[in-house]
Amino acid sequence: MAKAKVKTKAKAEGELSWKEIEIGCFITEPGNATEFRTGDWRSRKPVVDFSKCNKCTLCYYYCPEGCVAKTPEGYFEADLFYCKGCGICAEECPKDAITMVEEEK
Amino acid sequence: MAKRVGLEVSVAVGDAAKLANVDVVAAYPITPQTHIVEHLAELVANGELRAAYIPVESEHSAMSACLGASAVGARTFTATASQGLELMHEVLYVASSLRLPIVMAVANRALSAPISIWCDHSDAMAVRDTGWIQIFVENGQEAVDNVICAFRIGEDRRVLLPVMIHLDGFSLSHMIEPIILPEQSEVDRFLPPYNPPLPLDPEKPVTVGAFAPPFIYTEVKWAQEMNLEAAKEVISECWQEFGKTFGRYYSPVESYRTEGAKVLLMTMGSLSETAMVAVDKMRSEGKEVGLIKLRLWRPFPFAELRQAVKDAEVLIVLDRALSFGGPGGPVCSEVKAALYREAKRPAVVGFVGGLGGRDISMADFEEMVSQGIKIAQTGSEREFEIFGVRE
Amino acid sequence: MTSKLIEIRWHGRGGQGAVTSAELVAQAAINEGKYAQAFPSFTPERRGAPVLAFNRINSEEPIRTRAEVYQPDVVIILDATLLTILDATSGLKDGGIVIINTKKSVEQARAEFGISGRVATVDASKIAQEAGVPAVNTTMIGALIKATNVITLEGMKEPLERRFARVAERNFKAMERAYRETVIGE
Repeated sequence: MAKAKVKTKAKAEGELSWKEIEIGCFITEPGNATEFRTGDWRSRKPVVDFSKCNKCTLCYYYCPEGCVAKTPEGYFEADLFYCKGCGICAEECPKDAITMVEEEK
Repeated sequence: MAKRVGLEVSVAVGDAAKLANVDVVAAYPITPQTHIVEHLAELVANGELRAAYIPVESEHSAMSACLGASAVGARTFTATASQGLELMHEVLYVASSLRLPIVMAVANRALSAPISIWCDHSDAMAVRDTGWIQIFVENGQEAVDNVICAFRIGEDRRVLLPVMIHLDGFSLSHMIEPIILPEQSEVDRFLPPYNPPLPLDPEKPVTVGAFAPPFIYTEVKWAQEMNLEAAKEVISECWQEFGKTFGRYYSPVESYRTEGAKVLLMTMGSLSETAMVAVDKMRSEGKEVGLIKLRLWRPFPFAELRQAVKDAEVLIVLDRALSFGGPGGPVCSEVKAALYREAKRPAVVGFVGGLGGRDISMADFEEMVSQGIKIAQTGSEREFEIFGVRE
Repeated sequence: MTSKLIEIRWHGRGGQGAVTSAELVAQAAINEGKYAQAFPSFTPERRGAPVLAFNRINSEEPIRTRAEVYQPDVVIILDATLLTILDATSGLKDGGIVIINTKKSVEQARAEFGISGRVATVDASKIAQEAGVPAVNTTMIGALIKATNVITLEGMKEPLERRFARVAERNFKAMERAYRETVIGE
């Protein structure tokens, strides 16, 4: 497929021989989609102004990736390993505490 | 004046069906043919094509609806691929045995499992025996031209059989390339209206889809086979006429740079074009290699194939499908069968490659030719070879 | 480029219009009587995921090969953040050029992205935004034309009109401005 090297784990499968492949091409590691760095997909990331956040948890519920988690202080923040930068959390935050910021180029 | 434009081949195929003035399209979407039926739906919705577009809930229903439409006398078109072609499998036999000239574009795609949306010919090979006329095209222009020809061929009173136009999924269906769309007036002159001998008509009732006990089934099947074999002549006539009208000629088997060639490659579908580039390179290096491109798959062009390979010493056939536990490549096994009775015939080496969208490059063809020549000399333990597998 | 065939690889993210750029370029080339192909890397579509699109253009001879593009003459990057996650110059022919949408200068881009060969840069994001165009894909066609002359600016008008109708005009202006402002480093 694409010849440009993409740095994700999925490329390892492109080196398996026919003898090494799992029977029926079954995937035996449960939940291994968690190793896929979907954070590489984004070009903007959410930045939270915690002084405005009232811990309503709406961003946590709205996130289509389910990658927003509670910080030790009880605020909510997106995990940038997964965050695809869709901007829904920023759109839905009732306190406008979240801003979508261009990734550094 | 017919214009030359850059079009996505799927869209152009939809336009060809529109030029053919189809009356009914009953279809279900599936990658990689979806753009064909979406485009037709759009043309019907905006009034550019006066036809009934029937969105159905599965491919089985799509072909069933096509049966009914064609039986009533409607010029009928649909498209599918892979799992969709398989889902309508039982109905395909009915279409051909009831002698209904439905035209279907198949954007060839691999079969699950595992799920593959990418190109290979396994979907086409699974429907070899269904009694449809089957043509493999190698580029977008051929796809357009042959969709138009398909109606003329299928609806001919000497044929009355459905036609599949096979085009490689993604490599052709999603490719933007130069296409010349014929003028509507030219197509109208080329395509007589569909005039079935026994349409469903309340004024003149007929039973379509009767029950046939053993004393009659064989006769019905033999009549069907005779018509499919006779179709070859109608197809050649149609292609001649198409060439005279539009300037582009097609034939069941095409030879490329085969003069004096001791070694021949054989391909089907869009890989034929890449193979031509490989042959050019090998020829420029002094290698006596040529290419046979198979265009007409059913009815199989026995005479043309035998003629095309008669002077070769080695024939290397690339199949883009794998028939498990058997002779491997379906095309190769049919070629061997066609050559069986010839006193003089080339050594035939079969490769299976390009499965599930695996790319075959010019360099791959060169490699295949050199491996093929060796195997022809030394023989092989295997019935066929697999190309490009990681050991 | 001395050879008749030119091969182009576009890098973008799903939704940024890399595939559309390739289509428009092919259509313009075909309108000019040339031979061209445009095709995406055939994958399930997902917004935001890295996407590849390809062109082949031959001004003289029909293009018959249908293999993938392994050694492009030109690589176009619609979104420079992709350069941190993939080797966009992979397969680039000797003497080939990388065209990047970035605020950085040619020298800065070379240093930051580790590209030693020919590089062209243009701030397509800024140009597109100021022209009122939501994506940089058409803007970057201007950069492609400046760097390669593979088609003409004029030749882009018809495909743009066919595709964008009322907003074709502003896409064309963005393309023209990118053509003027693209800097090529040899």
